Amino acid sequence: MIRYSDNEMMALAAGRFIKDGDIVFAGTGVSILAATAAKRIFAPKAVIFFETGGIDPSLDEIPMAVADLRVMAGTSLNSGLIEAFSIVGHRKLHTVAFLGAAQIDRYGNLNTTCIGDYFRPKTRFSGSGGACDVATFASGVITFMQHEKRRFVEKLDYLTSVGWYEGGDSRKELGLRRGGALAVVTNLGVLRFHEETKEMYLAEYFPGVTIEKIVESTGFPIDTSMAVEAETPTPGELQILREEVDPQRLICQAVLETPQK
Amino acid sequence: MNRYPEIADRLMGLDEAVSRFVKNGCQLAIGGFTITRNPMAVAYEIVRQRVKDIHLVCHSHGQALDVLVGAGCVGRLEIAYGGNGRYAPTCVRFKKAIQRSEIQFEDYSNYQMSLRFLAGALSIPFIPTKSGLGSDLMNYEGFPAEVRKEEKVASRKYAKMANPFSEDWDEVVLLPALTPDVTILHAQYVGDDGTVRIKGLTFADIEQAKAADRVIITCEDIVPRSFIRTDPDQNSLPPFFVDAIVKVPYGAHPTACYGFYDYDPKHLNLYRKMAEDDTLFTEYLDEWVYGVGSWEDYLTKVGMEMILKIKANPVIGYAPGLDRK
Repeated sequence: MIRYSDNEMMALAAGRFIKDGDIVFAGTGVSILAATAAKRIFAPKAVIFFETGGIDPSLDEIPMAVADLRVMAGTSLNSGLIEAFSIVGHRKLHTVAFLGAAQIDRYGNLNTTCIGDYFRPKTRFSGSGGACDVATFASGVITFMQHEKRRFVEKLDYLTSVGWYEGGDSRKELGLRRGGALAVVTNLGVLRFHEETKEMYLAEYFPGVTIEKIVESTGFPIDTSMAVEAETPTPGELQILREEVDPQRLICQAVLETPQK
Repeated sequence: MNRYPEIADRLMGLDEAVSRFVKNGCQLAIGGFTITRNPMAVAYEIVRQRVKDIHLVCHSHGQALDVLVGAGCVGRLEIAYGGNGRYAPTCVRFKKAIQRSEIQFEDYSNYQMSLRFLAGALSIPFIPTKSGLGSDLMNYEGFPAEVRKEEKVASRKYAKMANPFSEDWDEVVLLPALTPDVTILHAQYVGDDGTVRIKGLTFADIEQAKAADRVIITCEDIVPRSFIRTDPDQNSLPPFFVDAIVKVPYGAHPTACYGFYDYDPKHLNLYRKMAEDDTLFTEYLDEWVYGVGSWEDYLTKVGMEMILKIKANPVIGYAPGLDRK
């Protein structure tokens, strides 16, 4: 039995979405693991860049923040925020952004601002950072989530970053020319969005996870009719993740004792 | 001081730079981003001088923001992001201050804040973008109406308009320019002619400096004109934007400075732990800020062992193999 952690499974599942030639916007945590895995395993001609302005760093060590010195080393160019955002939305480029969030709704809109009332929040989070911006400008957004009912909600406490907004053509009607939510990768599976309604559906469930578990962990009704079991990570993929992408094991985390729940 | 005649009138200590330029109630911008190149030495001096009611304007900030908010120096905040990466996904004292309604705050995004600094630098009153359409950033105004009448505070958070160059429906968001009273940056080098050189990523530092009325630069070192003018493509700001220059080696600790030192994981973890508890946080400030007599004393407390551990490999730019857990 091959053993792997949630973060490793999520990084590989998300990494498979990246194609050669994609310009990948990475954040921290699983996001940087996924972006680096994508480049080293699935799409060697993809380019990783950061909102802080580092373009195509060598990433010999995993960055702990998007301003980590490790995003400035071995780059093709070190610039700044304005330059980075000129890349995210550039009409010539296909840009894919990795984000995380505290809450998500069925149209892939994200909350990274607060739980409860905005002015007197029960829990305050970091805020938009560049998330609202990349959700506006990128060709597609892949979001990492812990799959819990309180996080997959009918209504966000605060809509920080726009996905498919209210579904259908509503994103375009806002005046946003491209982009939208491409996929959501959780510790249980991969969710995608219907072509026309833009509603979330279950595309893949991870090995050892039941569809019922995913339905129970989602705070709104979800279509599971197209769900298939996800590929198990191969020993080769895991080896690259552990030995090349995150040799210090800062994000991969310890391998779980039991196979995935 | 005659060693540097061209900048003699601008070269000063931390105490003088803060007492001359950082006043109660001023609008302040700080350079750097989350755990890199925060002007920490100046932030600590602001805390020591007990400057109050600062209106802080940030894109994504971390350690300096959190110390200033935690020490009670900040009354009002415009911000995109408060976090220290993996060392504090949300800055702890920032989070507490908002949850306890201790400060007035208004949220924007990184790109929006960067554009607002750019607009200030370009001397234009506002700047359009697509970012924010559909977001609650454009639905919640943070500041009460009376604040909006103050100088340096925009009369409204944003406006929307139809693209005047398009026949089709095409809406844009207009963001008000920012012109802070003071911007404080930490740079690697200042030339003895006053030219500033930032190595690695510049974030929005250059826009923040050009947008401000006054600029304080702390630096790792002061270097000869012959060095800084040999490769001027590498330079970030010409001398006439700079009002105060303070040489403070390791002045961004515990945040990182490309080519000089990495962030200090041990200190960032210690800070997060102490910031979580009000009593411990007071102890932190007493020990690391109020109780420190000089910058040399501060670095002595950090200790030679850690100074050497975080010292960057000058070729690679960071400290490879540093224990970052």
